Amino acid sequence: MRQWKKLLMIGLTVALGASIATAMLNVMLDVGDKINEELKTYGSNITVLPQSEAVMNKLYDVENGEEKNEYIKESQLGELLTIFWANNITDFAPLTDTEVSFGGKNVKLVGSWFDHHLEFVKKGTTYQRDTGIINLRSWWDIKDGKWLDEQKLDSANYAMIGAELAKEQNIKAGDTITVNSEKGSQTLKVTGIFESGDDEDQCIYTPLGVAQKLTGSDGMFKKAEVSAITSPDDELAVKAAKNPSLLSGDEYDLWYCTAYVSSICFQIQEAIPEASASAVRQIADSEGKILEKTQLLMSLITLMSLIGATLGISNLVTSGVMERSQELALLKAVGATNGQVTGLILTEIIATAIVGAGAGYFMGYAFAQIIGQTVFSSSIEMSGMVAFIVIVLIIAVTLVGSIPAIRMLLRLRPSEVLHGGH
Amino acid sequence: MSLLELKDVSKVYGDLHALDHANLTVDKGEWIAIMGPSGSGKSTMMNIISCMDRPSSGKVIFDGKDITKESRRKLTEFHRDKIGLVFQQFHLINYLSAVENVMVAQYYHSMPDEKEALEALERVGLKDRARHLPSQLSGGEQQRVCIARALINSPELILADEPTGNLDEANENIVLDIFRQLHKEGTSLVVVTHDPEVGEVAQRIVRLDHGKIVSDKKNDNFSE
Ligand SMILES: Nc1ncnc2c1ncn2[C@@H]1O[C@H](COP(=O)(O)OP(=O)(O)O)[C@@H](O)[C@H]1O
Ligand SMILES: [Mg+2]
Repeated sequence: MRQWKKLLMIGLTVALGASIATAMLNVMLDVGDKINEELKTYGSNITVLPQSEAVMNKLYDVENGEEKNEYIKESQLGELLTIFWANNITDFAPLTDTEVSFGGKNVKLVGSWFDHHLEFVKKGTTYQRDTGIINLRSWWDIKDGKWLDEQKLDSANYAMIGAELAKEQNIKAGDTITVNSEKGSQTLKVTGIFESGDDEDQCIYTPLGVAQKLTGSDGMFKKAEVSAITSPDDELAVKAAKNPSLLSGDEYDLWYCTAYVSSICFQIQEAIPEASASAVRQIADSEGKILEKTQLLMSLITLMSLIGATLGISNLVTSGVMERSQELALLKAVGATNGQVTGLILTEIIATAIVGAGAGYFMGYAFAQIIGQTVFSSSIEMSGMVAFIVIVLIIAVTLVGSIPAIRMLLRLRPSEVLHGGH
Repeated sequence: MSLLELKDVSKVYGDLHALDHANLTVDKGEWIAIMGPSGSGKSTMMNIISCMDRPSSGKVIFDGKDITKESRRKLTEFHRDKIGLVFQQFHLINYLSAVENVMVAQYYHSMPDEKEALEALERVGLKDRARHLPSQLSGGEQQRVCIARALINSPELILADEPTGNLDEANENIVLDIFRQLHKEGTSLVVVTHDPEVGEVAQRIVRLDHGKIVSDKKNDNFSE
């Protein structure tokens, strides 16, 4: 018996360590994109408000605004399709909210686009986009019925109701409700009940037209949410955010042509002068934090699995050498040098480790895909760099793990081992 | 000319003198038995002669060369080239066949050569057992493989520590016959034993007690 079991165990230990390292490192490299995608689907990162409203929000005195706008023209929203970074804008929707009385209490009603088909003509070019809160509220869980399908329903008199409100008022999909405001009343058919997990579970969502009638603001909206893919902020972005006019010409060009959230906001304001666009900070920040924490966690898992593998290998190799001490002492006694005996042991272990690492890489590939599918619902791209890093790590783990055994090997004295019982 | 000289050699473990100012000369072609009770320092002396251990004090001179201060690596080489070892417990590698066990010694000396290894087995009468694993061989046969392994690199000195300690009388006689043969061929032999019958067949008998050489005499009963 030439310790096949021990070598098998070493191979398995290495395979396990290699697979976890492979999976974690690949997921880690890919996770930046994945989390961005994930967060992109988690609502908007830019808010568009009427100019004066925005200024009011910033608690400034109105200096130049004699007329106090509360609304932006709905027809203006198509301008978003014309800006330089239009392709980075994944979704947007206008929102007008108002209080209505319903079921004996005041309830918030929000009018918006659901799956709106937008066509916008500018300078002879037609821009088109299907957009709306179906994408901006992708986390909504439809508990009953289905999404309000603006494009299929001929009449605008439909609504979706938040789960809490629906439960409270005992409303199901297909029911008809009536809501009242100062400007009139509307009868709406409920297409679906949604659960959002926040305040909106107390809200009614309707097509924008319903809210416009209830507020008497035809062709207008109160605010728009925009979801855009942005580049992370750097020094230039911070400088520009303070005041773009302070940038030098080159800096300005670079800033304008980079998908910073600030330059996209700036371009939205250029396109819709009556609007003020601003970044929704919290999400951008939490994005970075989640990413950092996830990566830290994965680094720790990788580190621990490698430490585990090192300890496991160290144990196995040491006990293997101990069991073979007589044989190894004999090799020394017939003239093998320390280098030769060490080489013999290391060759066996490294050959085993290479086989184990190969198997581990494929296991890691599978792990990475499982993680990708369960956590991000998409596959993880395997990077060649990770394969290289894993090979280096596994060699290091194997060599470090073998140190105690090799030290024992060097101290092994044939004179003591072979002349048993002195 | 002397092959080996121990000059005032001591080996101390703590305050125990395993070997106490020992002086010994082994001539080329000589057959010496080292005898003494258990714990008297026989293995300690063997280890020093075989360069596997260093004395605490004194000098070891082999082939006219003082090897006391040589590096460990040099000692390993020296030991490999000049000395063949025979152990009481044989120490064969259990997953290698008899001939492969002999070839291991060739491998670390120069180059494995199966033909030569088979010849060595033939010398100890084991040619037909060459492909057997140690577990398929009797104790006596295993010891003969061990002797073949010790012989394979044509050492100047064969050192055997209790070579018959684990053997019955029949096998003991076979081993002693091989020693006789080796002696005739001019190989120097140092055999450690506490068995009088094994000691009695040597040319010279050195007695150890408490690490001291208490007698060193020619054996009058020795016959070629
Ligand atoms: N490595 C060692 N450490 C401590 N004491 C030892 C060691 N080797 C041998 N001794 C001691 O040295 C003495 C001589 O041992 P040894 O040469 O093996 O005797 P023998 O072979 O004659 O039985 C014994 O008392 C033994 O316990
Ligand atoms: Mg002994």
